[in-house]
Amino acid sequence: MPHRHCRDVPVLAVAPAGPEGLANGLWRLELENPGFTGVKPGQFAMLRPPAWGFDPLWARPLSISRALDDRIVFHFLVAGRGTAAFTRLAPGEPVTVWGPLGQGFAVEPGAPTLLVGGGIGIAPFVEYAATHPTPGKLALLFGHRPPRSCYPYDELGAMIAVESFQDKTPEDIPRFVELLEKRIAEHAGGLVLACGPTPLLRSVKNLADKHGVRAQVSLENRMACGVGACLGCVAENPEGHRVQTCVKGPVFWADKVTL
Amino acid sequence: MDLRVDLGGLTLKNPVMTASGTFGYGLEFAPYGDLRSLGGIVVKGLSLKPREGNPVPRLAETPSGMLNAIGLQNCGAERFLKSMLPGLPWRETPVVANLYACDTLEFAELAGLLASAEGVAALEVNISCPNVQAGGVLFGQDPALAARVTEAVKARAGSKPVMVKLSPNVTDIVAVAKAVEGAGADAISLINTLTGMAVDVRTRKPRLANVVGGLSGPAIKPVALRCVWQVSRAVSIPVVGMGGISSATDALEFILVGAGAVQVGTANFLRPDFSFRLAEELPLAAQALGITDLSTFRGSLAVG
Repeated sequence: MPHRHCRDVPVLAVAPAGPEGLANGLWRLELENPGFTGVKPGQFAMLRPPAWGFDPLWARPLSISRALDDRIVFHFLVAGRGTAAFTRLAPGEPVTVWGPLGQGFAVEPGAPTLLVGGGIGIAPFVEYAATHPTPGKLALLFGHRPPRSCYPYDELGAMIAVESFQDKTPEDIPRFVELLEKRIAEHAGGLVLACGPTPLLRSVKNLADKHGVRAQVSLENRMACGVGACLGCVAENPEGHRVQTCVKGPVFWADKVTL
Repeated sequence: MDLRVDLGGLTLKNPVMTASGTFGYGLEFAPYGDLRSLGGIVVKGLSLKPREGNPVPRLAETPSGMLNAIGLQNCGAERFLKSMLPGLPWRETPVVANLYACDTLEFAELAGLLASAEGVAALEVNISCPNVQAGGVLFGQDPALAARVTEAVKARAGSKPVMVKLSPNVTDIVAVAKAVEGAGADAISLINTLTGMAVDVRTRKPRLANVVGGLSGPAIKPVALRCVWQVSRAVSIPVVGMGGISSATDALEFILVGAGAVQVGTANFLRPDFSFRLAEELPLAAQALGITDLSTFRGSLAVG
């Protein structure tokens, strides 16, 4: 049986990410490590402060950005009531956490690997780069709208080759897709790993297919339990079967999921 | 404190069961507690053939509750028996198979298949799911149909107890309860979800692809308590209560109004170790209230 935990652990720190994080709803949260070991980059945890009572009802899934012996770090975007409530947590306040959950990204030390992060989708790549046995084989292409300082971009830049693209208007997106195609084509024979909004994942899937590059995509989905029981977060596979994003994903091989 | 409960021939070591549809096939929760500590495990509703369920979105969060329209996605009875059941500690904790079918013949066939498995201790008949087109809650809304399904299942269940899960989406739940009791049910469980909906004024769309879904969670507890109270006074078979149980006190409230045992549903999503913690906390909470014997406490609500 996989080793997982459900514990109430204290908040160590919660703060906007960088000087412009507050204005852009981008935050960094650190919790005491509930006992997570052997976290695979791309895995996530469910977080629910007991102080919520019954409203909001569900825990919220957050991608694990960094798993250290003493703490786990999350980067998140304020997207609704639950994530907004995370920003009001105080240091020392307990949060019920369970995980690590789901399937992480493939790690292939010999393969040139392109990491594609869209916005807050950059988060799991911090752990990926920090634990990869051959970081010299890694490159990150980061697409974003708020300033780079709102994300752990510099943290990644200290470990691997990074490149960013800020889209300020919708007209910028085709230029980003052009760049994405160029980088994916350069990784023929390697691996492309992507996390971000669904349109980005769809582009990665299509371009990887076009250039014969193996690709994985990390899906984001509304979840109630996170453990495969509620069947609320299903994605569809090419055979038309509905599969749980929480346990069969969130990281899928791109050809095994319909986007 | 003696926590044992007899549910019409099904003996539980304590009154804490899991509710179908919220505990998967049981194994999903094994990393978070000892399945053997539970009174009973009611698994995800099973049909004869695998079902893919409804399109997404299937879930919506509501104040103190949630709506679901999963549509009984499941792996099918055969796969459950072959691949999941052997992994459950069925010798120590009774595994109850919840079953769903589209007509009485199919109910009978499925009941025969499930009851023949050694590791299945009892059957829970789902005549109350609001999220499927055929059958589902329709069986549970008509006392005569509910009785027919119960008879069909009972006829094929052999010596395994049959529990019928009722819907609150009826005018007179007691009439349905009496009908299934008359048809041979060994126990009754209630309530299934209340039909509800949630909409988004910005997109002008329903929040569920199925438009309507089943409401569960703490929001429905008052309705569930009322139903358990009404039904447990009207029938002589054991009643299992569920609907919004989120604490040991909630569980005791259901026992006070007449429930022999309880099932935990949505609270399993609040934290995956909830049912395990409840099994541990229930006797302590009872003792703290001066309750020394659950059987005399059961149904002892003072009215009038």
